[in-house]
Amino acid sequence: MYRTRKTLFTAAALLAGSTGLAGIAQAEDTIKMGALATLEGAFAALGEDSMRGVTMALEEVDYMAGGKKIELVTGSSDASPDSAIRATRKLVEQDGVQVMVGPLSGSEGLAVKDYAKTQPDVTFVNGTSAAQDTTLRDPAPNFFRFSTDGAQWMAGLGEYAYNVKGYRSVAVLAEDYSFPYTQVFGFLEPFCRLGGKAPADARFWVPIGNKDYSSVIAALPDDVDAIYVALGGADAINFLTQYEQAGGELPLVAGSITVDQSVLGSKGRTRDFVIGTPSAGPISDTWDDPRWDAFVAAYQKRFPDGFPSPTLFSHGYYINTKALLLGIEAVGGDLSDGGAALRAALSALEFETPTGMVTLDPRRNAVADIFLTEVIVGPEGNLVNKTLEVIPAVSQTFGLAYEKFLEYGQVSRENPPCE
Amino acid sequence: MEARRRRGHGIFSGGIAWSDLHPGTVAAVVFLLAWPSFTSDFFTFQIGAYSLILGTIALSLMLLAGYGGMVSLAQLTVAGITAYLVAILGDNSVGVMGLGWPWWLTVPAAILAGAVLGALIGAISVRTEGIYTIMITLAIAVVSFFFVRQNYVLFNGWTGFAGVEPPTLFGIYWRDPVPFYYLSLLVAGGFFCAVAYVSRSTFGLGLQAIRDNPRRMRALGFDVALHRIFAFFLAGLIAATAGVLLVWFNGRVSPGTMGVEASIDILVIAVVGGLRHPIGPFLGAVGFVLLENFAIDLIDRERFNTVIGLVFLLVVLFSPDGLLGLWNRIRPRLRFDRNARPVAGRATMDAAGQPASARQSTS
Repeated sequence: MYRTRKTLFTAAALLAGSTGLAGIAQAEDTIKMGALATLEGAFAALGEDSMRGVTMALEEVDYMAGGKKIELVTGSSDASPDSAIRATRKLVEQDGVQVMVGPLSGSEGLAVKDYAKTQPDVTFVNGTSAAQDTTLRDPAPNFFRFSTDGAQWMAGLGEYAYNVKGYRSVAVLAEDYSFPYTQVFGFLEPFCRLGGKAPADARFWVPIGNKDYSSVIAALPDDVDAIYVALGGADAINFLTQYEQAGGELPLVAGSITVDQSVLGSKGRTRDFVIGTPSAGPISDTWDDPRWDAFVAAYQKRFPDGFPSPTLFSHGYYINTKALLLGIEAVGGDLSDGGAALRAALSALEFETPTGMVTLDPRRNAVADIFLTEVIVGPEGNLVNKTLEVIPAVSQTFGLAYEKFLEYGQVSRENPPCE
Repeated sequence: MEARRRRGHGIFSGGIAWSDLHPGTVAAVVFLLAWPSFTSDFFTFQIGAYSLILGTIALSLMLLAGYGGMVSLAQLTVAGITAYLVAILGDNSVGVMGLGWPWWLTVPAAILAGAVLGALIGAISVRTEGIYTIMITLAIAVVSFFFVRQNYVLFNGWTGFAGVEPPTLFGIYWRDPVPFYYLSLLVAGGFFCAVAYVSRSTFGLGLQAIRDNPRRMRALGFDVALHRIFAFFLAGLIAATAGVLLVWFNGRVSPGTMGVEASIDILVIAVVGGLRHPIGPFLGAVGFVLLENFAIDLIDRERFNTVIGLVFLLVVLFSPDGLLGLWNRIRPRLRFDRNARPVAGRATMDAAGQPASARQSTS
């Protein structure tokens, strides 16, 4: 009896030991790349689309960069910082990835940035997380963001709502974490500077994954001109459906992921109701440009069961993955110096994306074009975002000097006050 | 702390002699002690230490559910609030609260507060039975979740706290994988023995008798409510200590740490592991953590949660007593116990699916 049991334990120990070592041993001619996205929870559909972007960028180069084979390892989180850190730690410490793309959502990005500081030899490239402070305050030297942040995405929308739509006061409905804070700041700052109002008691903050919006809808004030909504994924669909069913009549102004293809492409009765809603973001479904058309065509061909047109998640992950691959190509696949040369190459990288040229600022955050859009019925009867205006080369500090921009203070529920 | 000190005493007075120690137990202890020496940091920290922490929280539920017959969904709430208290009383990097107390004051204060919270939850829910206990503790878990999520003055809302660090003591930084693993092992092992001891103590026997027949115990002059509240206090002590480890492990705490889904995870861990013996929750935790980390490597990344669900479903379907029951069922077939000591007694008990610890209460 003793022997049997001892054998069992030895076997278990060996098994555990060998899996533990597997992460360290790897061939000389491959580079391990991690990709982290929210494949669980309220943002699962968005996470799936993100992975489509990663796949597209990798298949473009046939999983080869700088003469090395790229081996992809996937990690999943549920949009909470805890789970993002657990998944990142597994990718880095267990699977031994040398470069990583991700995460998807704002607070995850803040957590991964902090973790990146403890792993100086691993190069982290953002997915689509768009909280401002991921790169603005106390950035990590090995964290790069070739996609822009949530405040940049709002470029031009505040002015448009005030000047063209003529709105003077808005209610705000957003999820309660760092990314919507960043979006609300990006929208309200110009809106309020022009004279618009968004009183504190007309701002509603809901948790990610909220399903019942009836109490929020009942509390929405009547004396505002519009509602600014910054919800994503299933949350946006739930709110829009319930607001329509409740007979809501206020016009909407939407955050970047509230009326994008992940919502417009869903089946449901929100359709007619969102037509004409202005928004802004890093992509526009109908931008008339050969680079964008080629990207859309490639996406539709590769993923017939994906969204009708790529979302900003597949777009953001595509851009960031592509930047990483270009960087690896530039250093000839040589990461033997702990990735220092790769990071130098990434810092200096300028490249063409489906949405124009991207460069980095000194804190490794992208400077890129932003699109002001409006929801219309597209040629095939589906809802799409029409390009109203392209705002060129939007920087994280809105063109202000870094120190000057910091005076605005950290994004939060009350910033800007806007009374 | 006190419970742990009693352990040494318990081993000797509780009728267990060293010669009684099962060789399997010795092997398990050696295995656990040697674990960091043959695994990577990742396996030591994220698999090993995390399993021990989750197992300890589930152990507190096992104490309540297995011996007391009270299924509480609020044990993670106790751990979560304790984790918050460590961030609030001690230091954090967020700039909200962080009173800067030294660790030797923060940790005992937080654990004591957590245990008292556990007792309070007990005081509210002990007069209910069965499904109503589950409902009332679920309500407490949900209320606590929304409270910490919406309170910005104390709990910093959705973002919670980051930058919570364990102290550097004796020149050792306790967040490093190996020291942290042994710290977790010490806590988990201590509480494991404490629970095993409590189950044989007068109090534990009383608790199990109350589980089986509260009316008779009341007629015999036992204070049923007080017994149950004290059990909640002890379980709170266990969960609170694990909560301190949890916040040191993550370095952060946010409402998601104690959300409803996470609370249900703890229930799943305890049920899948087995509620009849204190080892059950740890088995469940190891299975849970391994699946959580590696299911994504086994199958298409869009389907891995299905695998996790299926495994748990299969375990519960084929063995109502969880992994522990599965083991008990397989064991006779493997003939591992051919020459085990109390042959007759054990055989009958195994047939009834009763482990040794439950034997005393029923006999």
